[in-house]
Amino acid sequence: MNNRIMQVVTGFAILAMAVSAGAAGISNDAVKIGVLTDMSGVYSAIGGEGSVTAAKMAVADFGGKVLGKKIEIISADHQNKADIASTKAREWADTDHVDMIIGLLNSGCALAVQKIGTDKKMVTIATGAGSTALTNKDCGPYGIHYVYDTYSLPKVAASAIIDHGGKSWFFLTADYAFGHSLEENTAAFVKKHGGEVLGQVRHPLATSDFSSYLLQAQASGAKVIGLANAGGDFINSVKQAREFGIVQGGQTIAGMLVFLSDVKSLGLDVAQGMEFATAFYWDRNDASREWSQRYFAKTGAMPTMNQAGVYSATMNYLKAIKAAGTDNADAVIKSLQGMKIDDFFSVNGHLRPDGTMVHDMFLVEVKKPSESKGPWDLLKIIKQVPGDEAFMPMSEGTCPLVMKK
Amino acid sequence: MHLSPQMVLAQLMLGLNNGVFYALLSLGLAVIFGLLNIINFAHGALYMLGAFVALLGYTTLGPLLGMPDFHLNYWAALIVAPLVVGLFGILIEKTMLKRLYKVDHLYGLLLTFGLALILEGVFSNYFNVSGTSYNGKPAILSGVVNLGFMFFPTYRLWSIGLSLVVCFGTWYVIERTKLGAYLRAGTENPSLVQAFGVNVPLMVTLTYGYGVALAAFAGVVAAPIYSVSPIMGAETIITVFAVVVIGGMGSIMGSIVTGLSLGMVEGLTKVIYPPAANTVIFFMMILVLLVKPEGLFGKDQ
Repeated sequence: MNNRIMQVVTGFAILAMAVSAGAAGISNDAVKIGVLTDMSGVYSAIGGEGSVTAAKMAVADFGGKVLGKKIEIISADHQNKADIASTKAREWADTDHVDMIIGLLNSGCALAVQKIGTDKKMVTIATGAGSTALTNKDCGPYGIHYVYDTYSLPKVAASAIIDHGGKSWFFLTADYAFGHSLEENTAAFVKKHGGEVLGQVRHPLATSDFSSYLLQAQASGAKVIGLANAGGDFINSVKQAREFGIVQGGQTIAGMLVFLSDVKSLGLDVAQGMEFATAFYWDRNDASREWSQRYFAKTGAMPTMNQAGVYSATMNYLKAIKAAGTDNADAVIKSLQGMKIDDFFSVNGHLRPDGTMVHDMFLVEVKKPSESKGPWDLLKIIKQVPGDEAFMPMSEGTCPLVMKK
Repeated sequence: MHLSPQMVLAQLMLGLNNGVFYALLSLGLAVIFGLLNIINFAHGALYMLGAFVALLGYTTLGPLLGMPDFHLNYWAALIVAPLVVGLFGILIEKTMLKRLYKVDHLYGLLLTFGLALILEGVFSNYFNVSGTSYNGKPAILSGVVNLGFMFFPTYRLWSIGLSLVVCFGTWYVIERTKLGAYLRAGTENPSLVQAFGVNVPLMVTLTYGYGVALAAFAGVVAAPIYSVSPIMGAETIITVFAVVVIGGMGSIMGSIVTGLSLGMVEGLTKVIYPPAANTVIFFMMILVLLVKPEGLFGKDQ
């Protein structure tokens, strides 16, 4: 009998502790942020060490402390493998008491880590993954999709390309979640705008020789060769398309996901005239220039939209903790959803209940070598597209969290 | 996908183009393994190093020497890069590998694997991992050639021809000349050969240097085709090891023939079933290991 009473009392005590820990304050006396990204592979120029630097800058600019507790940054390489990403995320959640994971350059990794975030009540912010599944069928209460997705990119870029006469398309697609999602969404926009899709070929991630695939695209006779791949794969496809005279033969190469580092790597000679969509360009206004110059001083390169996004997301996450008075994931997400997210990176941004951070996107064009005034003067902004137009309306989405309501 | 004879021929040409790189790299591995019994895991990193010597020679060497207009051109790079990297290889052999000949293969493998990680790490720190374009391709080699069934970039045609000459030249020297006979004898019975007055340790050092120089040569030839990137070797070397296993460790002709034919098999897979393109070689490796574990051209040891 005595035993039962003790059990009940202990139970209540534990419950009370749990509730109080959830209600206010910082768990484990520190806010720990884990940067999980590609440090060594095809996407490391897009994120990598630069993302870690961006996160550290945000912490330093915030003052190093939130609610009187210190903020720590740790980082790891997910090697673009979902199993490695999950193992690391679990380890961080269980033994390192990480409060938030940011980065996630590959959709496979992001989907796996976001599920773990749901189980462990940990905020996960994908700044580099593209797949719209993150905010649709696989959405989670603590998962945020911050920079771009495979809906907003083609929505902005594909419609512009079709308007310029690119009616028939052939896709070169990276053979995994991100590529499939990007190809599928782009194809839908192409058809909706009165264009047609003549075919597609899927290549493995991190391919060095694209010539076979390019010849198939050439043989299809399509006006536009849509590249549903990214990073090193994108660069090699564009270079080799030139080598085989595909561009000179009148076919247009359209990158659906292009980063500043890709344009830099290709050079203006090769990339000039290419139109694509981006969430961020460093030379857009004074605020973006000011931050980017500081970033440049630390890394020797201008930031990609993903690296700038890591800074912005980390900063706003810390602000949300301050506003909520706790690092409890539920409270932080609620506080973020109530905030207006407007800074050098995000224009007119806000966080939707399905996890999408909706903000304005930009249609850009790569400058001609004669127009460029410096080594990083690479793009010009053609059009600013309001977030609500660029991103998928929540009513069309399939996120179970939102559909219940 | 409809397969026309033209399409098949075109893919075979492209496959052959990849194949010559496999052949050049696996040839270097075969030479090194055959004569030194070292599994040279640093081969991919040295291939990358060759490409970087060409790139840096073209872009930064001039300004570094105070002559901004000076470029180490492509033709010079074809000679200089293998020499520079070959000397680097000799340094590795003299200071490190030499100590490992008497112990198990595994130690050589671990040492060279470590070297590869260090080289790739250092270059990743300073250069764009997505790759940098090499712009030193000579004007005479740009443009395309009409092969009847396809338009083929002139440079790629050149790279196939040049690599084949180097591959078969190496085979000829090792298998058909007196120097090659010394080399082969030196590995069979070093003390006996030394008794005849042949300097075996020097021969071994030079052999390693030559194997490494072959990797650097492949790097220079590859530079104008692919982006020069710190991880270009890491991506290629795994496939090349599969080629070596299929062909048989240490067989010179085996590695050349296997490299070329697997490149073509890969090329055909890219039209027949693209998603399998980068795994087909490993399926073949499993098959060969099951049926003929010593490799297609290997001798039972």
